[in-house]
Amino acid sequence: MIANLIFSLLFILAVFLFSANVRHIARNIRMGKSIKINDQKPRRWKTMARVAIGQSKMTSRPVSAILHIFVYVGFIVINIEMLEIIFDGIFGTHRALLFLGNVYPVLISLFEILAVLVILACVIFLARRNLLRLRRFRTSEMTLWPRSDANIILVTEILLMSSVLVMNAADGILQFRGNEYYAVTGSFFISDMLHPLFAGMSDSGLVALERSAWWFHIVGVLIFLNYIPYSKHFHILLSFPNVYYSRLEPIGKMVNMPFITNEVKLMLDPSGAEAGGTEEDEEVEQFGAKDATDLTWKHLMDAYTCTECGRCTSSCPANITGKKLSPRKVVMDVRDRTEELGRYRRKNKGDMSDGKDLFQRITDEEIWACTTCNACVKECPVNIDPLAVILELRRYQVMEKAAGPGEINATFSNIENNGAPWQFSSEDRLGWTGN
Amino acid sequence: MAELAARGEKPEYLFWVGCAGAFDDRYKKVARAFASILNHTGVSYAVLGTEETCTGDPARRAGNEMLFQMQALQLIELFESYGINRIITICPHCYNVFKNEYPELGGNYEVITYLEFIEAGISAGKIIPELEKFRGTRVTFHDPCYLARANDITDSPRNILRLLGANLIEMERNRHFALCCGAGGGQMFKEAEKGDKEIFIERTEEALRVNPGIIATSCPFCMVMMTDGIKYKNREEEVKNYDIAELIAQSLGF
Repeated sequence: MIANLIFSLLFILAVFLFSANVRHIARNIRMGKSIKINDQKPRRWKTMARVAIGQSKMTSRPVSAILHIFVYVGFIVINIEMLEIIFDGIFGTHRALLFLGNVYPVLISLFEILAVLVILACVIFLARRNLLRLRRFRTSEMTLWPRSDANIILVTEILLMSSVLVMNAADGILQFRGNEYYAVTGSFFISDMLHPLFAGMSDSGLVALERSAWWFHIVGVLIFLNYIPYSKHFHILLSFPNVYYSRLEPIGKMVNMPFITNEVKLMLDPSGAEAGGTEEDEEVEQFGAKDATDLTWKHLMDAYTCTECGRCTSSCPANITGKKLSPRKVVMDVRDRTEELGRYRRKNKGDMSDGKDLFQRITDEEIWACTTCNACVKECPVNIDPLAVILELRRYQVMEKAAGPGEINATFSNIENNGAPWQFSSEDRLGWTGN
Repeated sequence: MAELAARGEKPEYLFWVGCAGAFDDRYKKVARAFASILNHTGVSYAVLGTEETCTGDPARRAGNEMLFQMQALQLIELFESYGINRIITICPHCYNVFKNEYPELGGNYEVITYLEFIEAGISAGKIIPELEKFRGTRVTFHDPCYLARANDITDSPRNILRLLGANLIEMERNRHFALCCGAGGGQMFKEAEKGDKEIFIERTEEALRVNPGIIATSCPFCMVMMTDGIKYKNREEEVKNYDIAELIAQSLGF
């Protein structure tokens, strides 16, 4: 009885803390500028089904795609067993789903097979990060915390899956010995093979092992649940809405600034003033982005969705050739800045003037190394758009600060004066015809 | 264009030459090659000549939205005054801006790349390339970002190269995953940031690994980069960089 009470309290506490943390993140995301994304719903659902649920963009790197599928499917399917564990925990039953009869051992065996695949994938993932030391897990932004975060997630998943197998193995032996509390379930595919490991143990030892594994698993899951909002692992939740709200336009199209369109129209044709006048309520206090709050909520959601896989950075021509720019770093910087600002706001009752902005994290050298080639955008398995952020930072530097690189400013003058990025006269535009 | 308009005529297409076609000595040859293909097909077209100006693409990508929109809105007005509704481009950056970014500013046109025009011309029998010219030549195609990734155009250039009888070989990174030449986003007009290597050298080395006789390109800036890369690697004797329009023009005997 006491166990049930302790379990129920733990469970409620974990869910409460988790939802509080999720609400913090939601509030932080809403610090971004508001934009409406509610068009083309059928196409959005389809994109989400294909890219997020179907993981279609993972396939460009088949090894990690297959391993990731193991963990992803394992996570979703094994969660069905979580329902049983929670029910058992609250009501003090044992294996509440046993009423499924012959289906039950089949179901548990399926979970066990998936658990083994998850363990296998996580072990290989750990080896890729720590032994093979793939370059994409080692670039400059992969400092101690992001590297540890990845390892914590992988080790936790291995431990959680292993505890299920140990629990089932102990349970199976106790069933075989006719222990009254352990109802006969039929054989489990994987844990049956583990019986020899524990066969020498006494009944009470096995009961203790089974119970500890059960508690280890569920308490581990509840702790992990509350770790996720602090971790890159949050992608398991945000990937789906993030893909749903992703840009459906061709990726070559850059986001328009309608305010400037009106300004320019007025400049070109002052008599059309009344046409632009209707937009007066549209207040633009600043061009481009200086801080996280100048980006849209979608950019901030992008940042919280990032799981730091580094496909963007490993396909970035600037990064490949040793430049400082790393699209992953840009996205992580936006997230970390948003977190920082969100924390400051909570502590200071809504005040957001902490005197810092994105430019303490992202340098000019990074934003001006981008070729706008869209390789990062194309690669991202969850449709994050690092280029959009880089463009907003450039817009701020150029239009607010006139602080672009000198050669770029010269290019602007050429376009303005000669109608070409080079210093040639437009009178010579027909020189190519050879006439 | 102005001359035709003065005579009250309206051509079927505007051939948008772009700044590189007008001013870059190497790329002028590509503009000439494509013009000769246009002439060969007998299609009616015109160029804006001295009235042509920058689309604003490099300004927008370098963050100068104000300048971009000045250029764009002026051009949209000019196009409107001539009643232009079909544009052929040779530059992928111009293509992308016309196709994807001008409509939002009120400029709606049917925009086609010269690759699509050539491909259609070949299937319609209007362009009949001589097939032996490139038979067996190892040709690798460097996808421009603004055709492949940005606009999903990856088959047209390959179909044309195959129709030319070329032995098409792919680089390791190709189509939507091709490596940028390093010129986009305003990089063409500035020194690169510090790094271990220039991007164009990385890409040229990748191209040279498949031992091509020809590196085919379809973007003026890619052409500058790949040609420089070949020179940097001292391989200009055995490896040539041609635009697809030049290969077609050569096979037509121009």
